[in-house]
Amino acid sequence: MLTIDAKDQGNHIDLRLQQSPFFPRIKELCLSEQWTEWNGYQTPTYFLDSYIEYYATRNTCAVFDVSPMKKYIIEGPDAEVMMNRLTVRDVRKQKVGRVTYTVWCTDEGRIIDDGTLFRLAEDKFMLCAADPNLDWLELGAIGMDVTVYENSYDMAALALQGPTSCALLKKLGFTGIENAKPFDIMYFPFEGGELMISRTGFTGDLGYELWVDPNDALALWDALFSTGFEYGIRAMGDESLDMARIEAGLLAPAVEFNSALHTVEFRHDQTPFELGLDWMVNFKKPSFSGREALLKEKEQGPKWKLVKLDFEGQKSAQGSLLYADRKCTKEIGYVTSGMWSSVVKASIGYGFVKAEYADGPIFAEIYYQKEMRWYQKVVEGRKHEGAFWWPDRARQTPPADT
Amino acid sequence: MTKKYDAIVIGAGHNGLTTAAYLAKSGLDVLVVEKNDYIGGAAVSRELHDGWIYSNCSYVCSLLRQSIHRDLNLTKHGLMIVPYMGTTNFTRNGDYLAEYPDEAMQYREVRRHSKRDADAMHRYYTDLMKYAKVIRHFLLRTPADPTSFKPRDLQEMAFMAKKFMGMGERDIYEFMRFMTMSAADFLAEYFENDLIKAFYATSSIIGTALGVYSPGTAYVLLHHVMGDVDGAVGAWGLARGGMGSISKAIHGALQEHGGEVMLEAEVDTIIVKGGKTKGVALTNGSVIEAPIVVSNLDPKRTFTKIMNKEDLPEDLYKKAKDFKIRGSSGKVNIALKGMPDFPTLPKGHMLRNGSMQFLDSLERMERAYDDWKHNRWSQDPFIEMTQSSVWDPTHAAPGNYFVSCFIQYCPREVEGGWTEENKQAFGKTIIDQISNYSPNFKDHIEHMEIRTPYDIEKEVGLTEGNIFQGELTIDQLMFNRPFPGYSQYRGPVKGMYMSGSGTHPGGGVSAACGANAAREILMDLKRPNIVPEDEND
Repeated sequence: MLTIDAKDQGNHIDLRLQQSPFFPRIKELCLSEQWTEWNGYQTPTYFLDSYIEYYATRNTCAVFDVSPMKKYIIEGPDAEVMMNRLTVRDVRKQKVGRVTYTVWCTDEGRIIDDGTLFRLAEDKFMLCAADPNLDWLELGAIGMDVTVYENSYDMAALALQGPTSCALLKKLGFTGIENAKPFDIMYFPFEGGELMISRTGFTGDLGYELWVDPNDALALWDALFSTGFEYGIRAMGDESLDMARIEAGLLAPAVEFNSALHTVEFRHDQTPFELGLDWMVNFKKPSFSGREALLKEKEQGPKWKLVKLDFEGQKSAQGSLLYADRKCTKEIGYVTSGMWSSVVKASIGYGFVKAEYADGPIFAEIYYQKEMRWYQKVVEGRKHEGAFWWPDRARQTPPADT
Repeated sequence: MTKKYDAIVIGAGHNGLTTAAYLAKSGLDVLVVEKNDYIGGAAVSRELHDGWIYSNCSYVCSLLRQSIHRDLNLTKHGLMIVPYMGTTNFTRNGDYLAEYPDEAMQYREVRRHSKRDADAMHRYYTDLMKYAKVIRHFLLRTPADPTSFKPRDLQEMAFMAKKFMGMGERDIYEFMRFMTMSAADFLAEYFENDLIKAFYATSSIIGTALGVYSPGTAYVLLHHVMGDVDGAVGAWGLARGGMGSISKAIHGALQEHGGEVMLEAEVDTIIVKGGKTKGVALTNGSVIEAPIVVSNLDPKRTFTKIMNKEDLPEDLYKKAKDFKIRGSSGKVNIALKGMPDFPTLPKGHMLRNGSMQFLDSLERMERAYDDWKHNRWSQDPFIEMTQSSVWDPTHAAPGNYFVSCFIQYCPREVEGGWTEENKQAFGKTIIDQISNYSPNFKDHIEHMEIRTPYDIEKEVGLTEGNIFQGELTIDQLMFNRPFPGYSQYRGPVKGMYMSGSGTHPGGGVSAACGANAAREILMDLKRPNIVPEDEND
């Protein structure tokens, strides 16, 4: 036997993918049986049709299980000081009940990870990130009067995203949720406990994330899906989420950037300036990890730049190399993410290019297959400012019901 | 003195708006005159019952040219085409045949009815896709005049020849044969099962005064398959907010470029002096001047109703009078309170999300056609019932539904005329048919709107209520559409053009007719072409 008998684990770990508290319902709906792995969890690639699931985020509402996300609590008198030093934004300005999107860097100003920081109390934060960060947080806590612990397993979470998401939450009795502004946190009684709802998400559309005790996870799922039928609710997989986040102009770790702590090759990691996150780096703070290096980069300019591109034609430029000329003689970078955007009706994506070429013409060399035969074509990528998709309803409070 | 325009477009249907938007984008001063107090023509959505938005004419979308969507920034102007699940066909014996988005599921479903047909399905789709691929090259192009020796026509003929030669000898023969075949004969070359044949034959009769056994219906089938959603040829989508959001978005583009729309402005006559158009006279007596007048009305209405016979060549008047534009379709649009049961499908089944129809065989479809021939609506009608609001939340409040029923066949004339009594009886026939498969459907009806070809003609202006502005038969397609010698969007007098679905490439919400017309007008004005080509990656 090459594997351990699952029934007799003894001191061994369970070798199979782990299952989130919502798994029984996900398994039932996942007709495709197509799975991917996220932080060791079995995550649906798509349930039936990723295109339809993506459209739920733009047309009705979709549910994505974010339970495998890593969640950490930073608590104590020095919590604010610690998070202010660790991350690039000014945490002192973040009020209780608010969430911010942020990044944290090494002293060299290279990005370790991005995530959302929840201020749960004056002296209590929750940091959510797609990848593990406990080690770095513990290092940052040295000498601080704080407690840092992981609560990934004590909290299940669902993202409910799309134009009918607010109407559905209201219908479920979470009265007042319509008053939550983007990045607000609200609390509601649920199943004798408490449900935390934040107006956050990874789709660029109107949406919320629901944080629940794992014991109440299935009750939450059932409430959403029974009442949600009339709101066009659908479960969504990883593929459709990726489509939505590219349109929204949101970055994915290990796609748009490689964590500095995982990077062997010199400068194969990135800085906030390279990723276009300059706006969040707050130099008014006297000190934070990476400040000196980033200040220098601000003066000298970044070496690379992430640009949003709108490509000619309909083929996705995913994985293409980028050139400064149509003849493809001067290679200047590569496409990190590319897709056909159905709502924008364009082939869109992100290019990571050497900074000196970022303002000039950019061409992608695309390889594609038609009935097994391979083709190549060169298309121009025009630079696009801002998100490709970020409808007004994502900003409005209270949002419309559809 | 009233303002003088560079161009006037008659009719604010989606094609007229498209022509106007491109002329305005090119810098012309454009006015669209519309007889109704709302825009959209047959691509329209209105609140016809308190709290329910109806798409009461066209109801789904596939032909809308993606390059126009993008070029006119229609997303910015509020347009979103949402793909939807397929169609489920219920049979009298309590069974059904469904369409699934997953290929393997679809195979198993068809196999349940016929093992051979499940395999044949691939051959069928491959052949259909070959034909669709060829035809799609011509949608956003002006048809060549085969009798002309102008360089442009010769070039276009060469383009056409090249595309056809690209099919290979066998498929050229097959395609020529296909274009004149009946849907029944075409389907018989692939399928043995009567239900499967009937299922695929539905596209061949929609909007058409022909039966599944009539020659020419194979092309009508292709016409409904050659569109796409995001390059997925054959797919159909809903316009979020209803079909009117297509017209609204194009109107948004028109406004962005400075064009105007005048509502409740019905045209009495296109004014012609010295062989040139001078403008339009409205039924309210006012006159608006413009050297260019574009009619978005169907060819029959254009040439027999709003142009003076003496301004037209005799043969054109006759061609217009004889133009085949027979009404054959009705609509029953329903506001439902709550969701009716279809006992064949369990509650919550994924198939409850798509369209529904009720067929068993080609013979049943042909009998429905027989009624039409004798000026009766079909007693056992074909219904395509699209529950738009299950997937488009903007049509009705949660728990309420908007349902669009498209009916084949319903004639323009019935015995005794379309009295209120006859109209209600037609509506009852439809509800009774649905009730055969959903016993409690009636209990959920909150409001319904019954539309016969007579109503469609009266309200929208489509002659005889023909939804395609003229039938899609080979004698009225490509360089024969609407008439030989008039296929390049130009009318018989200088400055007069046509932009409606009565022109190439024909019916459906494609915006292609309107865009093609704009290209020709700009060419005559010696302005640079700004109308995009189709994207065929």
